[in-house]
Amino acid sequence: MIGLSHFLIISAALFCLGLLAVFTRKNAVNVLMGVELILNSANLNLIAFSKYSAAKIDGQVFAAFVIVVAAAEVAVALAIILTMYRIIKSVNLDRADTLKG
Amino acid sequence: MNPQILLDLKKFYPELALSVALLCVVIGDLAFPRFHKKTTFLIAALGLALAFLASLPLFQEPSGTLFFGVLALDPAAVFFKCFLILTSFLILLATPGSVELGQRRLGEFYSLLLGVTLGLLLLAASEDMLMLYLSLEMVSIGSYIMVGYLKNDRQSNEAALKYLLFGAVSSGCMLYGFTLFYGLTGTTKLMGMREVLASGGAAGDNAVMLLIASTAVLAGFGFKTAAVPFHFWCPDVYTGAPTPVTAFLSVAPKAAGFAILVRFFFTGLALPSAHTGSWTPLSSIDWRLLILVLSILTMTLGNIAALRQENMKRLLAYSSIAHAGYILMGVVVLTSQGIQSILIYLITYLFMNLGAFLVVIEIYNRTGSFDLKDYRGLYRRSPFLSISMTIFMLSLMGIPPLAGFFGKLYVFGAAVNANLAWFAVVGALNSVIAVYYYARVIKTMIIEAQEDMTRIATPWAGLILVWFMLLPTVGLMLFWSQIQQLTLASMKLFLGN
Repeated sequence: MIGLSHFLIISAALFCLGLLAVFTRKNAVNVLMGVELILNSANLNLIAFSKYSAAKIDGQVFAAFVIVVAAAEVAVALAIILTMYRIIKSVNLDRADTLKG
Repeated sequence: MNPQILLDLKKFYPELALSVALLCVVIGDLAFPRFHKKTTFLIAALGLALAFLASLPLFQEPSGTLFFGVLALDPAAVFFKCFLILTSFLILLATPGSVELGQRRLGEFYSLLLGVTLGLLLLAASEDMLMLYLSLEMVSIGSYIMVGYLKNDRQSNEAALKYLLFGAVSSGCMLYGFTLFYGLTGTTKLMGMREVLASGGAAGDNAVMLLIASTAVLAGFGFKTAAVPFHFWCPDVYTGAPTPVTAFLSVAPKAAGFAILVRFFFTGLALPSAHTGSWTPLSSIDWRLLILVLSILTMTLGNIAALRQENMKRLLAYSSIAHAGYILMGVVVLTSQGIQSILIYLITYLFMNLGAFLVVIEIYNRTGSFDLKDYRGLYRRSPFLSISMTIFMLSLMGIPPLAGFFGKLYVFGAAVNANLAWFAVVGALNSVIAVYYYARVIKTMIIEAQEDMTRIATPWAGLILVWFMLLPTVGLMLFWSQIQQLTLASMKLFLGN
């Protein structure tokens, strides 16, 4: 029988994988994918809690909003990465190094 | 329609005014391309002014919540509404004179500024985790675009990219924390959360889970307030962003970040004791220690890193990190006196920090440089700018009788009154370190000499703005009893019936 804890373990794993991707990847697009993993782990949590615990519909509504916000965020992120690419011809974060000190 | 919503809308006029102004700016920018520079500026200014005026009567309203407990309406929320609108208004006035932003596409910039301001107002008043997340993202996404506003400038773009990646990760962590709180308590409302946690309905063996959730949530607030260790974006973004945006980011999102930090932890995770005006953290989670460590790290690291900065914007970035550390002291003490000291600190910080950035903008407009070495001999080149900068630096140091001194006095005083005298000593030691780098700026401007001695002419609009910051920085103490009454009246949070 699959219960709440299974979902929570998977979402915790997704969260950790997302953080790992964010901290190890050098490609800006890959980092964004890591961020998506983090957001989706939160979504999984929300939906699992709303299904298995006393908390009702709130979680599912919350998850719908998170999906919308994630889409908006990615649109802005890709626009910024694109202008970055136009200027330095690369999406490698190591090349974004003029601000140091 | 539910009549309650209609009634609540009447207490929502500031946000409505901003939304209408935002739409008018977007449409005006498209419809009147020939006049749009002036019209959009006027519409934005009018919208902010109306929102400010609409906020004032809300001080008289009884505390409560709007829209079925999603937003709070209490004196603290109204105070932050006025504070944030005033900040945006000052930034708006500084925008047309900025050489960096130029004159092109300013209409879009105004609409972004209005949108972010609207998000900030909602953020400072959120009583529900969903509202909190949405308004925080509204602020963040708008600020990413503002930071990267100079499309062809490499530094501006890099700053935007860094801001975006850090912002997305920290708000993702915060969201994960929210989901854990939601799972533990079964509600997204902060007050409902406190009731469930206080009754022990969710606690028990969940202490670890609560600790993880609180830490994750702190990551999101720490990002907004630029607290160590979530500050890595701050120096780079402040350096790369256009200076008016930097000035905005150093005050408005930080203030809203503190507002929601206080609201979240004081209404969600602490029990108020009405007669003493203090709070006790819920027994299942000692988040006070977390913020204490955060505060000490923030002020110490901010001050030490500021010591060796050669770029004015970077120096002010680290200085603003250090100030966030002092303000966090007011959270740790967990008393209403602490909240009052935060409000006082923010008022003083608004004027001295914005003032310093305005002088930096004026100097950049004429010399094209942010390097401290180009500030040499500034006293000869522009006595007014260098003297005002000196006053702002002295105020940031906390030298009496300037405004910054009173902010520090109240924060340290609140710490001493809460039996945390050692904590106040740590803060005072930090202010001593800070004297070095602020004094270095003054020394560079006044004592050191440079070959280029051409005078720096300042346009009248810039002069008026600098004066507008200078007068409160110097003269705030003359109105001290009013400031004290205002903050005393504003420190009340709505904590449920």
